[in-house]
Amino acid sequence: MESDVELLARLRDGDEQAFVTLVGRYQGSLLRVARTFVPSDAVAEEVVQDTWMGVVRGVDRFEGRSSFKTWLFRILVNRARTSGVREHRHVSIDSTEPAVGPDRFDGNGAWAEPLSPWESDVDDRLVAASWGPALRAAIDGLPGRQREVVLLRDVEGLPSDDVCEVLGITEGNQRVLLHRGRSRLRTVLESELQTRGR
Amino acid sequence: MMVLLRRRDDLVCQQVVELVSDYLEGALPRSERKRFERHLRACPNCTAYLEQMRVTIATAGRLTPDDLSPEAREEFTDLFRSWRADGPGAPD
Ligand SMILES: [Zn+2]
Repeated sequence: MESDVELLARLRDGDEQAFVTLVGRYQGSLLRVARTFVPSDAVAEEVVQDTWMGVVRGVDRFEGRSSFKTWLFRILVNRARTSGVREHRHVSIDSTEPAVGPDRFDGNGAWAEPLSPWESDVDDRLVAASWGPALRAAIDGLPGRQREVVLLRDVEGLPSDDVCEVLGITEGNQRVLLHRGRSRLRTVLESELQTRGR
Repeated sequence: MMVLLRRRDDLVCQQVVELVSDYLEGALPRSERKRFERHLRACPNCTAYLEQMRVTIATAGRLTPDDLSPEAREEFTDLFRSWRADGPGAPD
């Protein structure tokens, strides 16, 4: 697979195939992140299209100080914000939501029922193609701010500093959001495993 | 005496699950990390929990992008041509 940097070099030379390959690589992620800022799929698509226009017209100004991904999501978030639909930075973080429901622990705060590890399932079950949709749906179901942090950090693999910078949040806030999001996803995968039977 | 103090200081599982992300992100202060790891050594359930979180994160990182539909490919090819034809503007 060609790296983003290689595709970008071709894009600078006006290679439309390289552009379409980049779009294919990031369109879904961009739409999902955009959707956390705007109220409808239609507006998200406009914001994302606008982002790609920014990429095509600004590619000569990309200096490679951050990764292409970080640059791309920075453009997206700026576009999403200036589209002025939702300013959600001030929404407080619910730090009381537990990672695991209190009913799972006994009176001393120890696990009430034993937990089984998933290691043996990783290869044949969890990572199997059938898991994609379940996890996708779980991510789509996260509250907006948790969703954007999980998408950028865990799905796209951006470094923590970049996520903070792109979203304009503190390191501490990012960790809280990530923690809530990941905890919810784990719960979904856990119940999915139970539903499917072991 | 030290042992007694330490034991009183021990984390319970319900606290451990709230520290998992900070632990994985390397954000726990040294003393806290040691308490966390001490609990893990004694607790197979929290060890399993941590592993489940690792699997969850790894699975998220392996999600593959949705394929672009042929219509979308065509649309973006057209857009690309028109944006290039307009010349570099001031996108920001
Ligand atoms: Zn424990």
